[in-house]
Amino acid sequence: MINTGEINSPPVDSTSSFKTRLLHSLQHNWKSVVVFIPYFWLLLFFLAPFIIVLKISLAEPAIASPPFQPMTEWVDDGIIQIKLVFENFAYLWEDDLYFNTYLNSIKISSISTVICLLIGYPMAYAIVSASSSYKNILLMLIILPFWTSFLLRVYAWMGLLADQGTINSLLIFLGIIDDPIRLLYTPFAVYVGIVYTYLPFMILPLYANMEKLDTTLREAAADLGAKPSITFLTVTLPLTIPGIIAGSLLVFIPATGEFVIPDLLGGGNVLMIGRLLYNEFTANHDWPVASAVAIILLIVLVLPMMLYQHTQGKQVEG
Amino acid sequence: MSNQANSVDRPWMDPDAQPFIKVQSVSKHFGDFTAVDSVDLEIYKGELFSLLGGSGCGKTTLLRMLAGFETPSSGSIYIDGVDMTNVPPYERPVNMMFQSYALFPHMSVEKNVAYGLQRDGVDKPEITRRVDEMLAMVELTQFAKRKPHQLSGGQKQRVALARSLVKQPKVLLLDEPLAALDKRLRENTQFELMNIQDQLGVTFIVVTHDQEEAMTLSTRIAMMDAGRFMQIGTPTEIYEFPESRLVANFIGSANMFEGRVTEHGQDHMVVECKQPECEFYADHGSAIQEGSKVWAAVRPEKIRISGTPPEAAAPNQMKGIIDDIGYLGKLSTYRVRVGDNTLIEITASNQSRPRDGSLVHDWEDDVYLSWDASSVVVLTK
Repeated sequence: MINTGEINSPPVDSTSSFKTRLLHSLQHNWKSVVVFIPYFWLLLFFLAPFIIVLKISLAEPAIASPPFQPMTEWVDDGIIQIKLVFENFAYLWEDDLYFNTYLNSIKISSISTVICLLIGYPMAYAIVSASSSYKNILLMLIILPFWTSFLLRVYAWMGLLADQGTINSLLIFLGIIDDPIRLLYTPFAVYVGIVYTYLPFMILPLYANMEKLDTTLREAAADLGAKPSITFLTVTLPLTIPGIIAGSLLVFIPATGEFVIPDLLGGGNVLMIGRLLYNEFTANHDWPVASAVAIILLIVLVLPMMLYQHTQGKQVEG
Repeated sequence: MSNQANSVDRPWMDPDAQPFIKVQSVSKHFGDFTAVDSVDLEIYKGELFSLLGGSGCGKTTLLRMLAGFETPSSGSIYIDGVDMTNVPPYERPVNMMFQSYALFPHMSVEKNVAYGLQRDGVDKPEITRRVDEMLAMVELTQFAKRKPHQLSGGQKQRVALARSLVKQPKVLLLDEPLAALDKRLRENTQFELMNIQDQLGVTFIVVTHDQEEAMTLSTRIAMMDAGRFMQIGTPTEIYEFPESRLVANFIGSANMFEGRVTEHGQDHMVVECKQPECEFYADHGSAIQEGSKVWAAVRPEKIRISGTPPEAAAPNQMKGIIDDIGYLGKLSTYRVRVGDNTLIEITASNQSRPRDGSLVHDWEDDVYLSWDASSVVVLTK
């Protein structure tokens, strides 16, 4: 009787203690639970899709649904055969179209980033310098466009830039031109669209950076004999580099992969990688090549960032 | 003291001396608020001049106008005979040491100090020489390559000082130079500042809210309140001969008694107070009308405290009960209740060492207070 009692009791104890232990560790490790949530998010919505795309990019295209051959295959002896095809990447290398499109995308997004910086920096500076009651209104105006759908705003630009659009009509009405100027479906329209759309992403990090700057530093520079222009070059500009980099990345990265703007405002005349990728997926129905395009794009965008972070880390250490 | 020595040490006493800095009826308004209210000030070469006052008294605004960060709403400022009222800060022969130090965080100590010289277009070897010299003076040579965030508060303060002195300005403005330092470091730095000032002969203008700091550092102090000067004078003048209750209270502490002038002569004055009932006999006269309302002030350390009654009834004495004792080691402060509810503060140095560890005077002891006729200050405002 005593023996059975002893045998019976441990399982009961162990389950209850397991529960309490779990609860206990949860309570104690709530911090790690909270930290885990963003990791879980990235795992589920970034890493997993990325692995799927990577897998498709290494598959052989097929006329099937989905339109590629499975990666793994059962061979006779119960051995799993894994087939990796690198032809899709080789194909991208061989066809100049892809290389030129990547280059063009980077060119367009680089120029757009520089234009955003040139417009955004003085704007951010003006907002920071404004009186505090005015400041919130100005910031509100920067964020206001986000309240309307992005797509609607791009369509609005089509209306403005079209041959019979607002801008051309106005110019003809004023007698400045006789025939409409081609604005829509040109690189110019794409630049206008990208700069217009991404300008807030440049201004906001710059604003956050400048807001933290100690104004007495500028006074100290002036006190030591620096004219306002020299103060800007030697004090303000170097101290706002973190904001410039953050803003530039926030503009450059999404602009490089931009699809809607070149598609709607550039038409067939401006080839950007986002559009090419879309065409591979839909028109050509070539998922493996489309996936390879996406992977290369990711590498093109992530590699410079990693290099930058690496050098930044070294600078902090040194 | 000979007359000549007088004019070197105390140029403000010399009628022929030319002021180095001249502030002429300067006002500064921020909207409805008047920060500085039509002040006049003359500061002489080589002075260590303090602007002393509580927060919001206008001392920092006045300093910022001298530096050029604020433009006076009216009035003018002359430095070395040149009208500086509308000259931008980068063209003024003054440098400032900021309260927050305002060191450039992205530059090394060396670069921070060199910044001002580079702006003046001094050639490289000369910059290196002067920066090295400056860093040696503030004993920071081995920290030349460090960034400001790698320095302690005291080291940052010295970098700021070196940076503001390297251009050899005619005037150095110091905004609360010692406020961010701990007590021990503050005392050392105080003497360091005085030595540097003495060595270089630069005119220092210090803004401070710390009366002790102002007393030790300054040749003269300007006591400010609500945008105006309450009194300008040497530390001794301000402490021993305050012109108003406000000054007497801000610098040190003072026991003040409201009363009326009952007797008035060339070399003496008698003030009679009702609460507590006492007669104050002062050994100086002034242009006060008999019967007018005044305040008699006596500093705590100028009152003698004794357990035995004085020999004869005379003015300038009181009897009271010890209400509170603060033992500070070298000093003790007593609060003595006189009459119904008047507390008088007395500071006495503990000259003899009590054998059994007991106090010279104890709580609730009857004590007799007395003071000299020369210690009484009669104030009209």
